[in-house]
Amino acid sequence: MKANYGYMDGSGEYYITIDTDHCNNCSHHGCITGCPKGMFQVITDDYDDEVAEIKEEFRKKIKYDCADCKPTTDRPPLPCQAACTPGAITHSW
Amino acid sequence: MITAGIDMGARSIRVLILKDGEVLARGESTAGFDTAESAELAFNEALEKAGITKDQLDKIVATGAGRESAPQATDTVTDVGAAARGAHEVAPQARTIIDIGAEEGRAIKTNGNGKVMDFAVNEKCAAGAGSFTEAMSRALEVELEEFGALSLESTESIPMNAQCAVFAESEVVSLLHAKTPKQDIARAVHDAIADRIVSMVRRVGIEPEIALIGAVSRNPGFVDALKRGLERDVIIPDDAEFVGALGAALVATDE
Ligand code: SF4
Ligand code: SF4
Repeated sequence: MKANYGYMDGSGEYYITIDTDHCNNCSHHGCITGCPKGMFQVITDDYDDEVAEIKEEFRKKIKYDCADCKPTTDRPPLPCQAACTPGAITHSW
Repeated sequence: MITAGIDMGARSIRVLILKDGEVLARGESTAGFDTAESAELAFNEALEKAGITKDQLDKIVATGAGRESAPQATDTVTDVGAAARGAHEVAPQARTIIDIGAEEGRAIKTNGNGKVMDFAVNEKCAAGAGSFTEAMSRALEVELEEFGALSLESTESIPMNAQCAVFAESEVVSLLHAKTPKQDIARAVHDAIADRIVSMVRRVGIEPEIALIGAVSRNPGFVDALKRGLERDVIIPDDAEFVGALGAALVATDE
């Protein structure tokens, strides 16, 4: 399942997508500690699968919360993506 | 088996009681400051209409943003899960579900059996068309009930730049000062909302048929704008605003 969290506003589209099919077999849940803002949590979803999600309090402002990891001059590997070795996390911007 | 679904929305609380798959009764209340009390009102209304007591309910499942604060519920299901399950019941041919609440919107792709395949949630300020249209109809000094129909009378499409209710309100006031017809402004408002919803739907991919659920489906101006944005027709089930509560009641039955 691809779970998209975010929004579109006047400046663009800001979504973090988690391919939760990877999460069920992920033993380390690296996203939780890998994100310096603590945006991820692992929950048991409606189908009893363990999946990562973006915490509700961040969903309305991911553009701003992720800004520190995305300097305009440089694009280092994002900590969340580096921590998620199964490669479940993508960003739309 | 008798089950109940409680949809604890940001603005409204809706309760639906099912007996052996048939709808027995519905209840509704405005979500007040004390949401548990508002839930009780809607719940008691549904029980009374059904002619049963709470003890006769086998299971009660809550959904919606405030699902954890429904005191009656024995279990919860996410908004996405409830919308998918409920929509499958009332529009089984739908593979893409658009659920617009007062303050949030969701696009869900399902597998044809009511199971969620992919979804996108947009919970940003006024992302749901409900609050946004309310604010804009106030700015235009038009009754909310007339606002949707008014936009259908528009003869000219004008762009609206603001994506936020606060800025949109000042844009509407500027357009009014410029003597722009209210019909065209109403259409611009609905087009702006539909734009955001369509972008969210495209994230999960549009797979026909498409069902629109939630109270906003009663707004003909928004429905028209959405159809134009999607370049497709949409199915609007009866009692579209109760589909989340129905989904929760069905999840209770399934378990
Ligand atoms: S690290 Fe990646 S695969 Fe593991 S739980 Fe987090 S998002 Fe899912
Ligand atoms: S970009 Fe940074 S702040 Fe945003 S989710 Fe990834 S690690 Fe967290």
